[in-house]
Parts: sequence; structure tokens; C-alpha cells
Amino acid sequence: MSETAGPELTVDIGQHRDRYDIASQWQLTWWAFKKHHLAMIGLWVIGLMYLISLVCEFTAPEDPFIQHRRAVFHPPQMIHFIDVREDGWSFHPYVEKMTRKRDPKTLAITYTPSGENIYLKFFGKGTPYKFWGLWEADVHLFATENPRDKFFLFGADRLGRDMFSRVMYGTRISMSIGLVGVVISLILGISLGGVSGYYGGRIDALIQRLIEFVLSLPTIPIWLALAAALPASWPIYQQYFVITLIVSLVGWTELGRVVRGRFLAMKNEDFVVAARLDGASEARIIGRHMLPSLTSHIIASLTLAIPLMILAETGLSFLGLGLQPPAISWGVLLKEAQNIRSISQAPWLFIPGGFVVIAVLAFNFLGDGMRDAADPYGN
Amino acid sequence: MIWRYILKRILWMVPFLFAVSVVAFLLIQAPPGDYLTTYIAKLGESNEVLDQASVDNLRQRFGLDRPLYVQYFKWVSRLLVGDFGMSFEWRQPVSDLVWERMGLTLCLSLATLLFTWAISFPIGIYSAVHKYSIGDYVATTIGFIGLATPNFLLALILMYIGVVHFGADVGGLFSPAYKNAPWSWDKIVDLSKHLWLPVVVLGTGSTASLIRVMRANLLDELNKPYVDTARAKGLSEFWLIMKYPVRVALNPFISTIGWVLPNLVSGAVVTAIVLGLPTAGPLMLQALLSQDMYLAGAFVLLLSSLTVVGMLISDILLVFLDPRVTYE
Repeated sequence: MSETAGPELTVDIGQHRDRYDIASQWQLTWWAFKKHHLAMIGLWVIGLMYLISLVCEFTAPEDPFIQHRRAVFHPPQMIHFIDVREDGWSFHPYVEKMTRKRDPKTLAITYTPSGENIYLKFFGKGTPYKFWGLWEADVHLFATENPRDKFFLFGADRLGRDMFSRVMYGTRISMSIGLVGVVISLILGISLGGVSGYYGGRIDALIQRLIEFVLSLPTIPIWLALAAALPASWPIYQQYFVITLIVSLVGWTELGRVVRGRFLAMKNEDFVVAARLDGASEARIIGRHMLPSLTSHIIASLTLAIPLMILAETGLSFLGLGLQPPAISWGVLLKEAQNIRSISQAPWLFIPGGFVVIAVLAFNFLGDGMRDAADPYGN
Repeated sequence: MIWRYILKRILWMVPFLFAVSVVAFLLIQAPPGDYLTTYIAKLGESNEVLDQASVDNLRQRFGLDRPLYVQYFKWVSRLLVGDFGMSFEWRQPVSDLVWERMGLTLCLSLATLLFTWAISFPIGIYSAVHKYSIGDYVATTIGFIGLATPNFLLALILMYIGVVHFGADVGGLFSPAYKNAPWSWDKIVDLSKHLWLPVVVLGTGSTASLIRVMRANLLDELNKPYVDTARAKGLSEFWLIMKYPVRVALNPFISTIGWVLPNLVSGAVVTAIVLGLPTAGPLMLQALLSQDMYLAGAFVLLLSSLTVVGMLISDILLVFLDPRVTYE
């Protein structure tokens, strides 16, 4: 009875199972990850942000340092894509031109729509810049058709600098601080956590106490004290590097714990014992046999560590102890929103904060999805 | 057995606090120069010049000419008798400046901790019991946003809303009338009226993560056979959940005091600077910037000790709450 029904059934199940049986670990992880919709959204958002930070000279329509004296606290302008005129409509992006008026009594400046439009075009020529500081170029993602017109998508700050361009440049610094910081944490976390978990015993106890100690310190007072030690006269790249270092000093502990836990659990697994009996060197056991099965977990923890660093940098720069003004990061931009007077006059100074929130959310979603997918054999 | 564990745990504090004091001392020594260089630079701005003899004199008086370890031991040995040294900038004993601010910081942190628990406990249980319901999604979404918004940004936004929509300045911890008044019942009432804003600002981040912790813990428990057994025996759903799974899920919740407190103390520093609270944060920042080392050192030391003590309390509570925890 079962003989007759058997072959068909097994073929059916077999095909389905084959796909999973021969899939590599990375393929399984990817399939598990794809089911996580929020994580996929996070991946796209983060991809877009890193793309922006790669080519921010191109996506920013204006030089972030140029001050327009006639555009102080200029309000944001919306892009309209469809231009409706008497003779029909066409696809022609534009913003409404604003006229600037000064109240003769209070001297307050107000901006009102003038009814004219400033037309934009994609890949138009605008302010010249040096791409990555290497190549001269003047093509922007979008630029005004008449080069003398200026437009402010996110408004302008108290010196009349274009907030949109500044946010684009800030994205580069803020997003990359997270990456560089995580690399430093990775090195510290893997080496200390690995040693701790692999050897165990006294050195494990010592490193565990160290991690507990670092975890019990309140981070911000420590960061403040460290950052206050930096001379403000240092060049930007030096500040950048040291701030990253400070921020990652705390980030490695979590990673160290994860790595140690995995090493402890794994060191008596059959495949590790087999490798040891085979006479493999310790470096080979760790590097060739143990670390590869940790990679997905490590990537997940790294993804969850990046947003913490972004938040830390933002907080430090906001207080004036992180990056200093000629440098542009989200935190430096938010520093402009520090007093109640300027934000009640120009609420668009909050926009960089929105970017921080979106980036941190996206990283958290991505990290959660990765953590769930990191162990594809679980289900 | 329990008492031995607690004693051992308290003894562990000694090397911890020693390490904290070394870190605090190194941190305040890290900036190039010392208070005198800052002081001389400040005098220079107003065109006053200090001659070398009086500089040396001052340096000797503050003990800044001694080697580092001598300065450290002098500092620590005085700390043990409660003497935090003199603040260079304020010309006052540090302990006079520090205690009221530390008291307010502690008060703020504890109020926030209670707020965090009061909010995240019921919401966490609700989210777990009604998994994937609309309420669960709303709680998760708000929680995530709370986690992603830096404290100071939230503080700024609330201040903005306060000023623009209510026309009220919501910063500070006291009304102007009570700012410098001595402590009285009225002043405490006034404090409680101002405390809610910083508490909400500080609490959102930890509330969000505690909701997630509670939800995850409870979800693990809800599928266990003992829950089915209790349900089969006809226990009412409310008591069933509160009495067994919640009780078990509570342990990791308690152990979070250990890490919530450092976060709160940290967050309180930045939030206090934005909201202009008379807590430790703003004064510490000022002391760090002007290299007023004893004052800054006292703050770094006290804030770090606060979190170390928080960890101790959470470990001890855990032992009392969960007999399965081993006292190794």
C-alpha cells in the first residue's frame, strides 16, 4: 500500500527539502531575513543613507558653508513636481519663490510666497565642488534652472546656510562615525571576548570583571570628561578619530559578552574537539572553525551597536564637546537648535533630529531582523 | 548562605570603587594643563598678567606641582573622611556644592525609575498576552520611537511645544519663587509639579526597552505546560497570568535596575543641561570645561558610585526574589 503511494510523495517532499538541504548557511539566513518586513525596510533606509553619505557633494544642491545674508532663517520650501498652468499641466519640478520683508517697527523678517516659481532640473549645473576632495565637478542631483536663484528645501539657519545641504554633509560624518566606531569595538570585543570564552579560568574572570566595571560606569559623564580633554584647536579629522575612539570604548562590552557566550558554548562541540584532536593549531581552530559560525551573530550585534554610537556622537556634539563647528554632523547641526528662541523662530532646525531618529530606528529594525535570522537552523 | 553572599558582594565593591576613583582621577587629569593654565588664560583675556612667582606660589598651594600619584593619594585619603577638596573656581569646599545637586539627581533618577516601572510593567504584560493585537503594535511602535529619540531632542521638542502652544517655560525644577528658598513642604510640592517633564523625557528610552524585556520574558513563559495546567484547573485568566508567568518573568526585569540606573544617570546629565535643571549635569559640564578638577572629579566619582551601588542593589534584590539564583 505504502509502496505504491510512496514514490510520488517522496519526490514531492524531496524537491521541497532539497532546496533547504543544499542551501548554504548564508542562503538560509537571507531567506529567514527576507521574511522580516521591518528589517527589509531598515536595510533600504540604511542603504539609502550610506549612498547619500558616499555622494553627499552631489545630492546637496549648495555648498554647506556658503552664507546667504538675505536668507537668514528662510523657511523650508516644498518641491512641487507637477506644474499646472492655463495651457495644461506638465512634469516640471519647482518651488515657490519667497519674498523677504522687514517689519519697519519690530525689524522682524518675514518671508511670504511671491507667487513666482523657481524651476528645478535634475542633474543641473550648480555650485562647483570637489568630489571626495579629488575631482572638480558642478553637477548636482537637482539644481535651479537659473543659477542665480536659491532654494531651501529644509530652510536656512541663522547664517542663511542651506539646511538641506548641511544635513546631507552631516549624514556623511554621523553615519560613518558609527561604522568606524563599530570596527574598533569589533576588534576589542572579539579579541577580549574570544580570549575570555576560549581559555576560561582566571583570565575569563578578570575580563568579566573588566566588562562589568565598564558597564557599570555611567557613560555620559565619562564621555564628557574624556571629550573635555580634547583641545578644541585640533584639526577636524583628528577630533573625528578621537571622538570615534571614545564612543567605541563602551560599545565593545556588549560584543565581548556575546562572543564569550558563544565561545563558551561552542568550545566543547564535536567539530571543535575533532579539530583539536586533529592537531590543528589554536589560531586555526578559532579562525577557521569557531569564528565562521559566529559571523552572523557578530554582524547582528554590530548592527545594534552602530545606533548607540550615532546617538553618542550626536549627544556629545550637541553639548559642544564632540565635533566642533567647521565640521558638520547631525549633532553639530542640532546644536543650533539648542536655545528656545531660535527653535521657536525656526522649528525646521529640528530636521537633523528627525534624521537621527530615522537612522537609529532603521538600524534597530535591521539588527532585530538579523538577530532573528542569525541562527537559521533554529526552526 | 544569603548573608554570606551579600557580604561578599559588598566586599566586591571595594576594588570596584577603588577602580572608579582611579578612573575619575585620571579623567580629570587627562586635559593638557591644569586649572592654573585655564585661570591664567582667563586672566589674560582681561589683560591681567600673573608673574611667575605668584603662579608658582598658587601651584604649590593647590599641590599641583607634586607628582601624579602623590596628588592621587592625597585626594583619596581626604575622600575617605568626606573631604572632597576645594573648588578652584567657586572658592568653596566641593562638598558644599555637590550634595544638594547629587540629592536632586538621585531624586530625579529614582522618580524616573519608578515611572519607568509603572508604565512598562502593565504595557509589557498587555503586549505579551495580546500578542500581535493592535494595542501590541501601538506599544511596540511607540517603544521603538522612544528608543530611537535622543533624550535631549525629546526635551527640546517638549520645551518647544510648551513655549509655542502653552506659552510657558517648562524648564527648571523649581518656580522662581522657590529657587533659592530653603527646603519646605511648599518647595517639595513645587518640585513635584516640575519633576514630571524631566521624568517623562528621561523615562521614555528605558521604558521602551523594559517593555520589550517584559514582553519577551512573558512570551517565553506563556507557552509552558504549567500555564495550560493552571488554565485547565479553571483558574481565572487574570490570576493565572499574574500569579505564575509574571512572577517568573519578573526576574530579568529586576536585574535591569543594574543597567537602567547607569543609563538614567547618564541621560540625566544631558537632559539637565538642556532643561536647565539644578542637578549634577550642568555644574559638572562647567567644571570639566574650566578644569576645576576636584569639583569635576567629585561628580564623576559620585555618579559612577551611584551606578555601582545600583548594581549591588539589583543583585541583592535578585537573590531575595529568586531562590534559584546561585550565590557563587
